[in-house]
Amino acid sequence: MDFSLFWSSLGPLLLGAIKGTIPLTLASFALGLMIALVIAVMRISPNKLASAVARVYISVIRGTPLLVQLFVIFYGLPAVGVKIDPWPSAIIAFSLNVGGYAAEIIRAAILSVPRGQWEAGHMIGMSRNQALVRIILPQAARVSVPPLSNTFISLVKDTSLASLILVTEMFRVAQQVAAFSQEFMLLYLEAALIYWVICLILSTAQTSLEKRLDRYVAH
Amino acid sequence: MLPTDFALQVRGVTKSFGANTVLRGIDLDVPRGKVVALIGPSGSGKTTMLRSLNGLEIPDAGSVTVGAGATSGLPALSVDFSTPVSKKARAEQISLLRDRSAMVFQQYNLFPHMTVLQNVIEGPVQVQKRPREEVIAEAEALLARVGLADKRDSYPFELSGGQQQRVGIVRALALKPQLLLFDEPTSSLDPELVDDVLAVIKELAEEGWTMVIVTHELAFARQMADEVVFMDGGVVVERGPASQVLRKPQEERTQAFVRRLLHEL
Repeated sequence: MDFSLFWSSLGPLLLGAIKGTIPLTLASFALGLMIALVIAVMRISPNKLASAVARVYISVIRGTPLLVQLFVIFYGLPAVGVKIDPWPSAIIAFSLNVGGYAAEIIRAAILSVPRGQWEAGHMIGMSRNQALVRIILPQAARVSVPPLSNTFISLVKDTSLASLILVTEMFRVAQQVAAFSQEFMLLYLEAALIYWVICLILSTAQTSLEKRLDRYVAH
Repeated sequence: MLPTDFALQVRGVTKSFGANTVLRGIDLDVPRGKVVALIGPSGSGKTTMLRSLNGLEIPDAGSVTVGAGATSGLPALSVDFSTPVSKKARAEQISLLRDRSAMVFQQYNLFPHMTVLQNVIEGPVQVQKRPREEVIAEAEALLARVGLADKRDSYPFELSGGQQQRVGIVRALALKPQLLLFDEPTSSLDPELVDDVLAVIKELAEEGWTMVIVTHELAFARQMADEVVFMDGGVVVERGPASQVLRKPQEERTQAFVRRLLHEL
């Protein structure tokens, strides 16, 4: 293996992470969380139609491979006249996917808040929605940090799939350098290492976030 | 016709959970400024009755009438649960009914993500839309009254059970309700913390608050309740002045209940 290549390719790979992997992850996660919140609230809604729509959405997202979802949006939709560029395609697919998984997490977190909290909210005169926003969700947020962190970390790695629809993120850069230099082992291990370091940093951030939110939990 | 000084009138309230009938036609009358204690074995329906007054349970039939507000100038409000109405109309009725009373919970149910002060002002500011500065000043005065002025910026988990329950009482008072409802306010507390909370409730009674208290502190009921209502099996078995119901109960079931509780003490 050519170790000088490790150092000379580090720059382009990190650039791929900074300009591709990281913004793709952040944008998809932010949008995904919004979708998840809407779906989770629909799922627990007394409105049967809303609840059914949410259930089907979650089922489809969780029951089909992410790669297939990505391909349907990028390669499939043009067949019905909807042509979307690689970047927006990737963001749409990833955020819809995160939306499905995180919805279940948020729903479980909402249900984990004791019923007495809803009742205290109603007692002070709040409507269901007011109690949800002001009383329940802040408490559910703390409960959902560990499982949502998991989703986030998975997403960092899943963004590598975007290389298959021509998004220039880190793994695609690694593939290009590898094809050019024929140093497949080195480049793929190097990419793996960078993913790992990013995830280590995120795990540390998760721990400190959990500590900061700890006081919000009923003990 | 109702006397003008009544605070609460309950007629024929029934409630079932599935096949389990919890309330079988309850009548209650609470004159303004009086304290009524609901006692009875667990499963007697007393807590369900209390929760119905705050719309936390919706009766299947019967009516709940709250008298005119002494200070607020609000007219009397009657909700008839026997007349079927749309879901939306019922929710509106419940919301109006709820505005008249405030509840203190057995498990305190303080909001853990808010400070003591935020807990107290949440309802008046967010729901009643009263001016924040005014509400904060009132909340601080109320907290000082129950000896918790220095805890205004603490979080609930930093407080003892007795302190949390006093915050619960202040949260209820800050809503300026016509009726104060207590659901076994001391049964989650360590024995040495009970007295502080009871002292606060007693002071409120002396101040003339109208209160309905579900309790199994018989000594406390005897001391401060104007009337004691003994419930069992979803019906009112016996009612009367505290001294009579607790010292010389007429009904066999009441006698057995009082005897058992006194033995436990």
